Amino acid sequence: MSAQPLLEVSHVSRIIDGKTILDDVSLSLGRGELKVIIGPSGGGKSTLLQCVNFLQPPDSGDVFLDGQSAREMSRQNICAFRQKIGMIFQDFNLFDHLCARDNVAIALQKVKGQKKALARQRAMAELERVGLVEQAHLYPSQLSGGQKQRVSLARALAMDPMVMLLDEPTSALDPELIGEVLNVIAQLSRSGMTMLMVTHQIGFARHLTKEIIFMEAGRVVETGPPELLEGGPEGGRAAAFCAKLAEVTGR
Amino acid sequence: MSTWEFYKEFLIPATNKGLWVSIQLIVPSALLGLILGLLVGAGRAMGPKSLKKALNFYVAVFRGTPLVVQLVMWFYGLPSLALILEGYLKPLGWPPIWQWLLLSPYAAAVLGFTLCSGAYQSEYIRGAILSIKKGQFLAAQALGFSRSQAFWSITAPVALRLAAPGCGNEIIYLIKYSSLALVVTVVEITGQAKMVASLYFRHLECYLLAALYYLAMVTVATLILRWLEKKLAIPEPARE
Repeated sequence: MSAQPLLEVSHVSRIIDGKTILDDVSLSLGRGELKVIIGPSGGGKSTLLQCVNFLQPPDSGDVFLDGQSAREMSRQNICAFRQKIGMIFQDFNLFDHLCARDNVAIALQKVKGQKKALARQRAMAELERVGLVEQAHLYPSQLSGGQKQRVSLARALAMDPMVMLLDEPTSALDPELIGEVLNVIAQLSRSGMTMLMVTHQIGFARHLTKEIIFMEAGRVVETGPPELLEGGPEGGRAAAFCAKLAEVTGR
Repeated sequence: MSTWEFYKEFLIPATNKGLWVSIQLIVPSALLGLILGLLVGAGRAMGPKSLKKALNFYVAVFRGTPLVVQLVMWFYGLPSLALILEGYLKPLGWPPIWQWLLLSPYAAAVLGFTLCSGAYQSEYIRGAILSIKKGQFLAAQALGFSRSQAFWSITAPVALRLAAPGCGNEIIYLIKYSSLALVVTVVEITGQAKMVASLYFRHLECYLLAALYYLAMVTVATLILRWLEKKLAIPEPARE
């Protein structure tokens, strides 16, 4: 692995209305790495992801992508910086007024300035990658949750991101639809995409990642290999959290 | 002169002339009002606090006062203001900028209609923007859209679709209140009806024909708006 991490989050804090949401969080991702963030809700996981691409600029700290500081970028460069970071949301956030194909194509046209025909061609290629060519003409309201999330993956991938941030990509899905989305994510990871993922799919996380980051109350509490999650209630905080999850989900 | 001759020679040509003037008033006012409403609605839904306050004030004034009063202000009130300004500025050697305040009847009418219509339209647009989930705007920014790009490519088209029925309704109103152009001496359908009626003492026929013309315009506009609404509508979930 090269000496310089691809993505480095350095001492990021975020305070909203006097409440500390993120407290001095640091982490780094090497090229091709997948790291998984777990932790109780309200722990600052989503805020952290939105701080990484400066959708919520951190109050202090910085983010470096390929060695470049986001803090020092102009507004315009922040837009270019965000292009290189794909983001997947829990509730998909597809554009309601566009069909699946145009959901993927619009950023290529408006942000990258590609011609319509070329953008649509690329959009179809991305939809093929996530197995949705036949649904290309359907609107978000006509797609299932799993299909929506796959369209949003295609939409992010079309921008050729260097890193992907995934914010609980399967937690708004019916259980039988989770698999199709996780499959695409696993495939992506195997093909070398660098990813930072918030998820409660512990089993999935265990298989794909070498490092788990456990967050609670805005801080990184524990970091380590997936074995960190084992040991049950008597183990560390992460293990105790997992034991609780398992109790609820019966796994 | 037979009744038929009166219709053919005077009433219908005069009303047609008025119709053309009405269309020249309605089309630009409707378009400008919609654009103004979109901008004001966006400002009221998403802008900084001070902008919101200023725009809310604009809407309160223009929805809260009769359109007739507004029109009279633009046409007869502004020249009075121009006179006052001239008194102050001319001795100071200013160029005659006060002349900008002297509006033609047509300009005063279009300005009045646009500002009034824009205030109402902004209400529909604001409601629509507030009902769109913020996530779409966030997703666009995450893809690299700037805030204004995200607004024009994502928020505005979605909001317009949601607001389409309300905005269309406002345009229907506009068609009818365009008859108030009468008070600033623009002779459109109603103005022609009034002139011909008082010339020949045939109020019933003159105003009846004017009413028919408005009804026809509203019918055509309704059909166009319905077609647009259908074309723009976001498809419903498919039934399986």
